[in-house]
Amino acid sequence: MRPLTEEETRVMFEKIAKYIGENLQLLVDRPDGTYCFRLHNDRVYYKILKLAANISGDKLVSLGTCFGKFTKTHKFRLHITALDYLAPYAKYKVWIKPGAEQSFLYGNHVLKSGLGRITENTCQYQGVVVYSMADVPLGFGVAAKSTQDCRKVDPMAIVVFHQADIGEYVRHEETLT
Amino acid sequence: MGRKLDPAKEKRGPGRKARKQKGAETEVARFLPAAGDESSKRLSSRARKRAAKRRLGSAEALEMPKFPGAKPFPGKLPKGVSGGAVQTPGKKGAQSLLRASQGKKRPAPTHSSEEEEEEDDSEEDDVVNQGGLWDSEDSDADMIDDYGADSTSEDDDEGEELLPIERAARKQKAQEAVAGSQWSEEETEEEEEEAEEESPESGPQKNDETDGGLQINVDEEEPFVLPSAGEMEQDAQTPDLQRIHKRIQDIVAVLRDFGTQREEGRSRSEYLHRLQKDLATYYSYGDFLLGKLMDLFPLSELVEFLEANEVPRPITLRTNTLKTRRRDLAQALINRGVNLDPLGKWSKTGLVVYDSSVPIGATPEYLAGHYMLQGASSMLPVMALAPQEHERILDMCCAPGGKTSYIAQLMKNTGVILANDANAERLKSVVGNLHRLGVTNTIISHYDGRQFPKVVGGFDRVLLDAPCSGTGVISKDPAVKTNKDEKDILRCAHLQKELLLSAIDSVNATSKTGGYLVYCTCSIMVEENEWVVDYALKKRNVRLVPTGLDFGQEGFTRFRERRFHPTLRSTRRFYPHTHNMDGFFIAKFKKFSNSIPQSQTGNSAASTPTNLDLPEVKDQMTPKPKGSSHPAKKARVAVKAKQQLQKRQHPKKASFQKQNGISKGTDSSSPTVSCDTKSQASSKLQDSSQPAQKAEVIRGPKVPRKLKQQSAMPQASKKVGFRKQNASRGTDTEVPVLSLSKTQAALKPEDCDQPLGNSKRAEKVKQQLPEQPFKKAAFRKHNGTPKGPETSTVSLLSSSRPPPAKRRKSQSRGSSHLSS
Repeated sequence: MRPLTEEETRVMFEKIAKYIGENLQLLVDRPDGTYCFRLHNDRVYYKILKLAANISGDKLVSLGTCFGKFTKTHKFRLHITALDYLAPYAKYKVWIKPGAEQSFLYGNHVLKSGLGRITENTCQYQGVVVYSMADVPLGFGVAAKSTQDCRKVDPMAIVVFHQADIGEYVRHEETLT
Repeated sequence: MGRKLDPAKEKRGPGRKARKQKGAETEVARFLPAAGDESSKRLSSRARKRAAKRRLGSAEALEMPKFPGAKPFPGKLPKGVSGGAVQTPGKKGAQSLLRASQGKKRPAPTHSSEEEEEEDDSEEDDVVNQGGLWDSEDSDADMIDDYGADSTSEDDDEGEELLPIERAARKQKAQEAVAGSQWSEEETEEEEEEAEEESPESGPQKNDETDGGLQINVDEEEPFVLPSAGEMEQDAQTPDLQRIHKRIQDIVAVLRDFGTQREEGRSRSEYLHRLQKDLATYYSYGDFLLGKLMDLFPLSELVEFLEANEVPRPITLRTNTLKTRRRDLAQALINRGVNLDPLGKWSKTGLVVYDSSVPIGATPEYLAGHYMLQGASSMLPVMALAPQEHERILDMCCAPGGKTSYIAQLMKNTGVILANDANAERLKSVVGNLHRLGVTNTIISHYDGRQFPKVVGGFDRVLLDAPCSGTGVISKDPAVKTNKDEKDILRCAHLQKELLLSAIDSVNATSKTGGYLVYCTCSIMVEENEWVVDYALKKRNVRLVPTGLDFGQEGFTRFRERRFHPTLRSTRRFYPHTHNMDGFFIAKFKKFSNSIPQSQTGNSAASTPTNLDLPEVKDQMTPKPKGSSHPAKKARVAVKAKQQLQKRQHPKKASFQKQNGISKGTDSSSPTVSCDTKSQASSKLQDSSQPAQKAEVIRGPKVPRKLKQQSAMPQASKKVGFRKQNASRGTDTEVPVLSLSKTQAALKPEDCDQPLGNSKRAEKVKQQLPEQPFKKAAFRKHNGTPKGPETSTVSLLSSSRPPPAKRRKSQSRGSSHLSS
């Protein structure tokens, strides 16, 4: 386990910033303690600094919260487990109708017919966090259309590309770690 | 509608009827019983008619059966005379009683069918009367009925003492016995044999019963007869579950009242053996497990337990208070179509699900981490552990993560939890669950639990949910019924003991807020529960404390040939059939010293609290070689002090004295002793009622000295230390209890040798005292205590450093708790 290198940190922050923008700073400087990122087995863990970490590498399975992992080509992929930190700071949000919830939780993209609300001024290909109408965060994705386009497009068009949803806790339990 | 014919009613008044000739009434009155025969109660018209019929009917002969082929209830009724099955419409009342008198078996099903057939015919309430034999109440009570008293009675000598009904019942039984020998062709040969076997014995047996027992007018079967060996083999090949079930009930009934209901010539063990085989067949258990269960439960509970294991427990879930509240969650789930209720008064976060129209493990609330599916009994150990914020907690066998997440939510994501499991695949579910529930203060590791204090130690609290045989969760995994045997249980118990010792060593006794360990299993076997706990009490400086759970059965303090420490009463057992949750066992320990007593062969060495500073020990102390181990020194000193010191023994409970002379409590001001039952007993035994003045005096100067490693010990334990100093002869050595630490290096070597011999003798003398169970132990202990320095037992936990020689000052090198 080691702290992230500059390069890795940059890549990761860029990815996260797509969803929460400049609120990123709040992730690190939290009022209840300093948090940091650590890399272990290609996965990035977000934990409070003091969390004792003297467990040897091969026996350590997880530490704090896993944000995502670095792929072999050093791109950073954000996991659903980071949702708890993205959701409160999200800048662009999408609410989907109850009928479309199930579909999204199965890993499908969000169609126009399932779209309930969307934040104004959402650009195309902007990272968004998906909520249910009860304000329960369901996952995140990428906006396929800008807000204006969403109004114009037909009901079967995709408006949000699915990237991660909480159904993965059940569907992809093995790959979480 | 219609004119009521009530012959006895007097016609009064000026009308024509009053002047009528009394012909009809007087005719009927001939049949009515005389006023003196009846009770004073005025009977209704129907009652009178019935009475009349009865008188007529009793004089008649047996009615011929109208249903010769009536099938009896299979396996239940002797068919022989089935005449009673049929009644003519008009004579039902009489016939029901006739049957009684003539001993016909009450064919209950045929009877009911006939009731339906002839219901149209009988508007009278004779239907009620048809049930008269098993329905012991006649709706019109007080019908005097001679019950065929004119038939011969077999017990003429006792006839006059019995009520008529008793006579009739006895007669009936006799006739059933006779009838029992006649079987219809539908019966299997087995049953015929059985019936024939039974019937001759049933007759006299019934008579015995009726003489002494309570007369109940219910459908009594023949008394149960154990089938012979031949039949048992036949049963094995063609098990008829219904028959086996009935036999189980019969045997349980017999065993409940064994003195009166037993069959002559059959011992209790034969009945029990038969019962075991039947239960094993009926509920599909292996013989070993069923034998163990029979040892554990009384028979009535046993059947309930087995029944409860066939049925799953209700689904329960726990609200994740990190993300939501129980109220809101319940509302959201009800909106989705789940039928639920709060779990009980004892849980603020539990909900029980009765039924659900959506899969409860896949709702968006579940996926969002608002709740966790968890058994009710799994919530209890965490409640017992009571983790506080900002503590360091170890969960040694955490998969699938339910208890870990509960700990985290109680701590509100503060502090650190180390969640460990030895099984890599199940760890994945831990990761998933903890992330889903939003737990952030946890490190998940993959060690074997036995490696624990070495890898990292010094936790404030530890939870050990040990791998077990799973005999408490048979309803979840029926394979346990057959695939567990003696070896499995012992293997589990061995692993649990190792894990428990490691867990104890990982707790930091000097923690400000903690020092607790909760050991729990989902098993009900004594070998995995009380025995393991008792083992730990002997081997480490821990004691049991109340779990804080106010319901549940107390753990056993003795079981068959084993005897456990009395504080095992504070542990808790839960059963599926009494609490409707999975079988569980919970024990909460408090560790009061970080030192590890070194176990000695024979488990000897009476606990010997020693005083750090023994200048006042007047007895000659042979100088000890410095190389001797500290524990040895301490033990010796302790032993010596014990005998030499004349202390008043305070019967203190809840202090254990370590067998091997480990002393706890750094100082006289806060001694704590851990002991196991034997040592405690022995110390009690050896306690002489000697004044403690000397102790007082000696203690005085010691008070200021405090060991750094001093655990916070209750003051009461100080007295325990006094108690330990049993010396039959007065000595002026005081022996307060000390924590076993480096400080004990300060124990004078010279203190040790001399008194040892004395102590031994003293203690041996004390052996004669009562308290049998501990006597032998104490004696053994003493025998084990060797004379030389190498004896004793105490070894420091982290005795990596050589013990300093003769140091008075306590030095907490901090090694104990750091290395632990």
